[in-house]
Amino acid sequence: MSHAATHDQHDDHHGAPKSFFQRWCMSTNHKDIGTLYLVFALVMFFIGGSFAMLIRAELFKPGLQLMQPYFFNQLTTMHALVMIFGAIMPAFVGLGNWMIPLMVGAPDMALPRMNNLSFWILPFAFTLMLSTLFMAGGGPAGGWTMYPPLSLQSDSLAYVVFAIHLMGISSIMGAINIIATILNMRAPGMELLKMPVFVWSWLITAFLLIAVMPVLAGAVTMLLTDKYFGTNFFNPGGGGDPVLYQHIFWFFGHPEVYIMILPAFGIISEIIPTFARKPIFGYKAMVFAIASIAFLSFIVWAHHMFAVGLPMGAEIFFMYATMLIAVPTGVKVFNWVSTMWGGSMTFETPMLFAIAFVILFTIGGFSGLMLALVPADFQYHDTYFVVAHFHYVLVTGALFAIIAATYYWLPKWSGRMYSEFWGKMHFWNSVIWVNVLFFPQHFLGLAGMPRRIPDYNVAFANFNMISSIGGFLFGASQLIFLGVLIHGVWFSKKKATDRVWEGAKGLEWTVPSPAPHHTFEVPPVIHDDELAHGHVND
Amino acid sequence: MTSGGIRRSFTAWATLALALFGGVAQADPSPYQLNMERGASTWSQVPYDLNNISLGVCVVIGILVFGAMFIAMFRFRKSRGAVAEKWSHNTMLEVVWTTIPVIILIVLAYLATGGITSWSDTTGSQMTVKVTGYQWKWRYDYVDYLGKPISKVGFMSKLDTQSDQTRQLDSGMDPYAVKVGDENTYLLNVDKPLVVPVDTKIRFVITGADVIHSWWVPALGWKLDAIPGIINAAWTNITVPGTYRGQCAELCGQDHGFMPIVVVAKSKADFATWLAEQEAQSAAPAAAPAAASTAAAPAAAETAAAPATAK
Repeated sequence: MSHAATHDQHDDHHGAPKSFFQRWCMSTNHKDIGTLYLVFALVMFFIGGSFAMLIRAELFKPGLQLMQPYFFNQLTTMHALVMIFGAIMPAFVGLGNWMIPLMVGAPDMALPRMNNLSFWILPFAFTLMLSTLFMAGGGPAGGWTMYPPLSLQSDSLAYVVFAIHLMGISSIMGAINIIATILNMRAPGMELLKMPVFVWSWLITAFLLIAVMPVLAGAVTMLLTDKYFGTNFFNPGGGGDPVLYQHIFWFFGHPEVYIMILPAFGIISEIIPTFARKPIFGYKAMVFAIASIAFLSFIVWAHHMFAVGLPMGAEIFFMYATMLIAVPTGVKVFNWVSTMWGGSMTFETPMLFAIAFVILFTIGGFSGLMLALVPADFQYHDTYFVVAHFHYVLVTGALFAIIAATYYWLPKWSGRMYSEFWGKMHFWNSVIWVNVLFFPQHFLGLAGMPRRIPDYNVAFANFNMISSIGGFLFGASQLIFLGVLIHGVWFSKKKATDRVWEGAKGLEWTVPSPAPHHTFEVPPVIHDDELAHGHVND
Repeated sequence: MTSGGIRRSFTAWATLALALFGGVAQADPSPYQLNMERGASTWSQVPYDLNNISLGVCVVIGILVFGAMFIAMFRFRKSRGAVAEKWSHNTMLEVVWTTIPVIILIVLAYLATGGITSWSDTTGSQMTVKVTGYQWKWRYDYVDYLGKPISKVGFMSKLDTQSDQTRQLDSGMDPYAVKVGDENTYLLNVDKPLVVPVDTKIRFVITGADVIHSWWVPALGWKLDAIPGIINAAWTNITVPGTYRGQCAELCGQDHGFMPIVVVAKSKADFATWLAEQEAQSAAPAAAPAAASTAAAPAAAETAAAPATAK
């Protein structure tokens, strides 16, 4: 690397700054910022998880035992906001920050200072939002969707709106950075259609983010002016329309759903070929499937609104468009299975989580298809069937992919192997209890239990108790994850090799473990057979 | 296992099977209920059938896909000496597994479209009821019946007193003790139910007074949002007399979980008698102080002591 230094960075380009403040608060390094994002997401995951534990505790048996209904509503609202904007999205941004430059052979993100800013906005945004729980009027309690007129009754609306503005600014900056990095900083020879699927999934996700976060910002700003500045966007008494908010919100909300799952598709498309020791099946089909899912995400929003009384033509259109999504999603699942077929598989922890993802995400996809059918949705809508559906795609989908990615790349980050035994303990506990937690919720919804209620008829008692037990044990299982992480970062004696996994392909495995503070200061030479997805052109 | 154990487990399985495949006129949630109910209206069969058909399709696809996956996981293990193959394409396969789902989706879409079309057609109704959602109760106003306008029959309908006392935090009361006859009605009973006739196409016009609510009785097969400033319309035609229970299905504030809906479907003759009584009471409210007049909250409170039952 002696020839790599330019004259203005000769001082410390081999290592991280020594001072804690300088290294973490003033960082412009994509690896350190990636770590910050991931740690932040982990903290939020446990905060959001503790809300979920309280929810499941109140729902353990019929009758109110622990809290007033209004506080219960604050918990469901905060659980969703924290998990979506605080845990899942920052975790994906952290993974993108860490891995995209390593995967495309870039020395860093394209806009390093903006990278720092987009992370450091988040702790302030969440402090602002979570602080409302300690205020006299309590936190937001109108659901994470914040439908007016209900959300306008909340005292904490302004705090939440400003927090969402901040999160949106952070997301947009992160997305711009990722697009700029991928489009401008690939090493010579890393053509677009040779990029790892994870990079492709993030490129497409970043465009979704830029397209829809301003829409959310607009929607919540209108809530703010309706409450405090006398406008009537959503007030029928002043000529407004409460349903207008729902259209705007879900025009953001549905692409948002895919923002939380497309990077997961990318992660799974990296992990399965590695542990099957076989190239990804149908690389181009995988990329086009992600792109078509992203396109379709813009024309299906009203399937969240089948019960608001849309005109029949609109219900039919949104039903057809929604059903179409099953086609590219099906292609992805079939391709993952085909990648495994004829491979030479081993089942380390990342692979176990990836396989669980394919099965359980598909179950969430099945219930999604059922929800798309308008007459059936008239029954499913706003019941626990929906709760089960989106937790299958978000917990066993997005979250399992994030956990799989953590096990997969942790040795590259820390230079140490995590404990495979405890990783597998974490896996088996998670996969069993998450199903005990969420599968009975399908039955509850079908039997007629609405979502977002703190108490219920005794007919729903059995499955709620089973679900709560599963929830407590799933929550406890995540403490194993925390232990594995702490051990794998600081204490494990087993050093990771550069390649880490026998079947691993891609540029990120050509740098040492742990990845040095600066990598690819000289662009790498790309060998096609070293690319993650193998041979594209045969 | 003792014979008692066998008998108990048989009973449990029979209960499960009954719950899964639906009893004849099962209308209210039952413990360990696994599937949607068939419902009690001419249309409620539509979502029930679509639910079962689409579930069946998903189960078959699931068995094929997950089956292939498990075979792959057992056959192509490195520990069994499997050597990875190199191929990463099969155009024929990819065309097949894109086309077959499209065909399945077209069939499902065809069935669902028929269901929406019939649901949307509120013409030819013989009765109109206006439903208004409030934080946290419902109001029912009878608008017309068999072509004749109804004057001044309307009332509030809110959670029954026994449920309301039991559901308070630290009430010390047992939700299992809230019963009407043999049926547990905790949080699913009201002071004054909506009474309607069977075999009548009833049009509901639904709106909200403060925030958005959603009017949902599973036995009717649909829910529809009650939105301030908007009047939604839907219809039902109940075929079996009985008491059908539901709940608000759109988060509407602190007592969202405590505003149930009860619909009592009576024979046409019984309904005509009931309606005549209501009209007489509203014409002479002073003579019948305990009756529900147009919007009399005190009257509603007094009738709260008598939980609704099917008569």
